[in-house]
Amino acid sequence: MWKWLHPYANPEVSYHLTNKLLPWFSYLAAIFLSIGLVWALLFAPADYQQGDSFRIFYVHVPAASLSMGIYVSMAIAAFSSLVWQVRLADASAAAMAPVGAAFTAIALITGSAWGKPMWGTWWIWDARLTSELILLFLYLGVIALHSAFEDKNLAGKAAGILTLVGVINIPIIKYSVEWWNTLHQGSTVSKLGKPSMSLDMLWPFIFCFIGFSLLVGVIICLRFRNEILARNSIRPWVRELVEQKTQ
Amino acid sequence: MNPRRKKRLAIVSSVLIGIGAIAGLVLYALSQNIDLFYTPSEITSGKKETGIKPVIGQRIRIGGLVVPGSVKRDPESLKVSFQLSDMVMPIVFNEGDPVVTVYYEGILPDLFREGQGIVANGTLAEHPPTGLSVEASEVLAKHDENYMPTELAEAAGQKHEKANYTPEQLNTK
Repeated sequence: MWKWLHPYANPEVSYHLTNKLLPWFSYLAAIFLSIGLVWALLFAPADYQQGDSFRIFYVHVPAASLSMGIYVSMAIAAFSSLVWQVRLADASAAAMAPVGAAFTAIALITGSAWGKPMWGTWWIWDARLTSELILLFLYLGVIALHSAFEDKNLAGKAAGILTLVGVINIPIIKYSVEWWNTLHQGSTVSKLGKPSMSLDMLWPFIFCFIGFSLLVGVIICLRFRNEILARNSIRPWVRELVEQKTQ
Repeated sequence: MNPRRKKRLAIVSSVLIGIGAIAGLVLYALSQNIDLFYTPSEITSGKKETGIKPVIGQRIRIGGLVVPGSVKRDPESLKVSFQLSDMVMPIVFNEGDPVVTVYYEGILPDLFREGQGIVANGTLAEHPPTGLSVEASEVLAKHDENYMPTELAEAAGQKHEKANYTPEQLNTK
């Protein structure tokens, strides 16, 4: 596996890989999201208690689980950057952090908009909501550290340590609804065994979830590509690339 | 792996394990305090592990299921009272279960109905005929993780009717 992965530690190889991946991610994301969102927002049946308000579920749940997923991938990148000093891993972590922060914010805002009519409050300091808010602050801290240092290696190291320390928060978010009494409901989809949702509501969710994951792939590819170019701007291959484009 | 990498791997992993252990212990120590609410049985007989029991006059949050048939509305105003019992799955209501009566004045959230999970915020008080009660200043609905289309819910015998307020009732607030 190492032999197979090793060439991608080279920025030039990785740059071309993102170029190849990008169209796949973009087209698939467009297909899945347009099917999933139209299905979810227009055709899925309304919930027996919540009526149409429950449709925010189709944005809220993918955003929330992706906010955790992106954090875990960022932590894996930070770990390999600290241990094996792969410089590109820092670049990828820097590319992922703002995307994760945006999805965390989306999850918090949609959840709050749903909470007002359903629970009767915009915000409550229960374990799930509080730990998700901490996740947002962790992302903001990581972004700030990445841009706080002139020296990118130093910045990557500092941000990487914060990322790894923050990993503790991920299982807390995931299991908060099981460990403690919370106002937030338990998980619907990722429950072992049968999901607590009827199938004609679950299928659009699966499409939305895959669609949003691919969208994250698109945004991260774009940001990662820029990050590689910015960090290697003095290398000959980047100069060649620019000259080719301008001719 | 060369020795430097091995060393770094060891340092990073041990720091992570250390932080994990610290966080685990802190959360374990705090576990009772992170709970958002007391359940009715915890109010009457104390928390299971620590035996902590709220005292009369204390501001608490209570969470439980609305006992069917216990909701009493005042036709003239927005005053409402209902009983809460423990949330257990599958949902059953027994005669002898500890219940706490909640008194509230205001508009209830959309999801409020009998058998629904509710979190109420208020002061604990003694209420001679029924035992303990909570004078609530805020009532929140707790949604469960089940989502069902209307037809399916009707087939399963689940109904949800929104509370209908008369204009006079709404004018009192």
